[in-house]
Amino acid sequence: MINLKQVSFSYGDTPVLHHIDLLVQEGEMVALLGPNGSGKTTLIKLLSGVLRPIAGDIHLDGSILSRMKRRQVAQRVAVVPQQFSMPFAFTLREVVLLGRTPFLSVFSDEGEQDHRVVQQAIERIGIAPLKERFFNELSGGERQKAILAMALAQEPKILLLDEPTAHLDINHQVEILDLVKRLNREQGVTVIGAMHDLNLASLYFDRLLLLKDGCIFADGTPEKLLTAETIEEVFAASVQVTQHPLTKSPHVVVVPR
Amino acid sequence: MLTRLKQNRRLLILVALGALLLLCLLIAVSLGAVSISPLSIIKMTLNKTGLFHFTATWQSSDETILFLIRLPRVIAGSLVGAALASAGVLFQGMLRNPMADPYIIGTSAGAAFGATIAMMLPVSVAFLSFGLVPIAAFFGALGAVLLVYNLAKVGGKTPIVSMLLAGFAVSAMLAAIVFLMVTLSSRTGLLQNVYSFLMGSISVSGWNQIIIVAPLIIGAIVAARFLAFRLNALSLGEEGAAYLGIDVERDKIIVLALGSLLTAAAVSISGLVGFIGLVVPHAVRLVLGPDHRLLLPAAALSGAAFLVLADLFARTVLAPSEIPIGIITAIIGAPFFIYLLRRTRREYAF
Repeated sequence: MINLKQVSFSYGDTPVLHHIDLLVQEGEMVALLGPNGSGKTTLIKLLSGVLRPIAGDIHLDGSILSRMKRRQVAQRVAVVPQQFSMPFAFTLREVVLLGRTPFLSVFSDEGEQDHRVVQQAIERIGIAPLKERFFNELSGGERQKAILAMALAQEPKILLLDEPTAHLDINHQVEILDLVKRLNREQGVTVIGAMHDLNLASLYFDRLLLLKDGCIFADGTPEKLLTAETIEEVFAASVQVTQHPLTKSPHVVVVPR
Repeated sequence: MLTRLKQNRRLLILVALGALLLLCLLIAVSLGAVSISPLSIIKMTLNKTGLFHFTATWQSSDETILFLIRLPRVIAGSLVGAALASAGVLFQGMLRNPMADPYIIGTSAGAAFGATIAMMLPVSVAFLSFGLVPIAAFFGALGAVLLVYNLAKVGGKTPIVSMLLAGFAVSAMLAAIVFLMVTLSSRTGLLQNVYSFLMGSISVSGWNQIIIVAPLIIGAIVAARFLAFRLNALSLGEEGAAYLGIDVERDKIIVLALGSLLTAAAVSISGLVGFIGLVVPHAVRLVLGPDHRLLLPAAALSGAAFLVLADLFARTVLAPSEIPIGIITAIIGAPFFIYLLRRTRREYAF
């Protein structure tokens, strides 16, 4: 359903991604891992269509992404970034309602159906008690849940995450990823997420992509990829890999020099 | 259910504000050097429609004063107020900057520049009953925005910060040129004319100007209302709006064009009336919330009512001499705004 063919990108003269080939099937849950500057965020932005490849094509359900209208893309692809800033005092419910933007037209405001979708999204994320609070007054974790609900209100087939838990404390990290995993399992939403934390990626994602210097260095299951040798080569950090005591998934521990 | 409730609330607020505006208009036309009773005004206006035939209990001079002097002035004032408040909403929404007002990206300096050149010309030409000054102010304002937009454009994109900075630079330069022209010119009365343009005053003679400017302003406000939900999405920033399916660069151009058109149309009637385009949008947002679908029309109506009252003060307080309206908008508006700012629960997090 998402197919990248020889996709390259550069910011001005600085190349960021080189000849990326990638196929992601419907219902997959894929994490992008790699050191800072390896191109994770850029790849997410390319997949969302807000950046366009300088070479190669991205196919979304058979159509070429860069030829689709923004509105059409947003009806299928939702993005949860690290954080949003919101200058105005919108309530949480009003922010979630913004997720319906790609479905509204210039001549019609939102209808009953849109309010139902918004309400369902709010309940699914479990933030109904907060819905009349001002978005700006919520904690970082609550805000990130609101953004996830907003993305959900887009009724996306593909959910892109750009380090969605980067600024959150540990219980919110787990909560957000639990919610994302449930969306993936229960509703078949395809998830592609740039992740910082190798262990969270190992716990929640089925398929990992390791990026290094703008290329895909390795592609496979956490068990296959998260080895001490691979991680040392990609991240230039010395680590040891053990097992998570409950899930038996690979668990990376750093070794101080 | 929720939808209907929300839409009813929106409608109710707008109807109330509309009624308030009508009341302000009525008060403003009845007061002046000669006062005309509101009842007579209503009867005279209804007679004009041809459907009613009230017998005249007023002097015929009252009718002349009402229809040829006061009503045009009051209508012009409400158009200026509506235009500046709407433009303020558009610019604040798009630029996500609390200091944004209709003049922030060069319109004011451009208008002053155009007007000053027109004032210095030795000829006085009238075109479609407009003097040269309003026309020059209109195109000066639009020209300045065009210049700012193109200066800020880098590789097909116009980052908002670049636009603000370019606007600041162009404004500073044009203002300096205006003062240079005033300093070097030997034309008598130029300083006085430029000064009164900069402070603003509602000056129209009869209806001719209004007939051209009114459709422009009302049309632009209606068009802007259709963009309102996209402005809501733009409050998440350019990246966030793009994720929600907004073609950000295209919408930026539309918002900029509508906002500049409104501002240029307003300054062609009134010169530079300050403060209203900054404060009315903020005040309405503090009271009614940031949803542009309500904010935009509510700000237009409130701005109109506010400016009509301000103009009433300007021409009556020290009658027969007039105070520049920009002084009134600031003196009344600022304390009211500070009161709202301190009382309200809704906070800003720019």
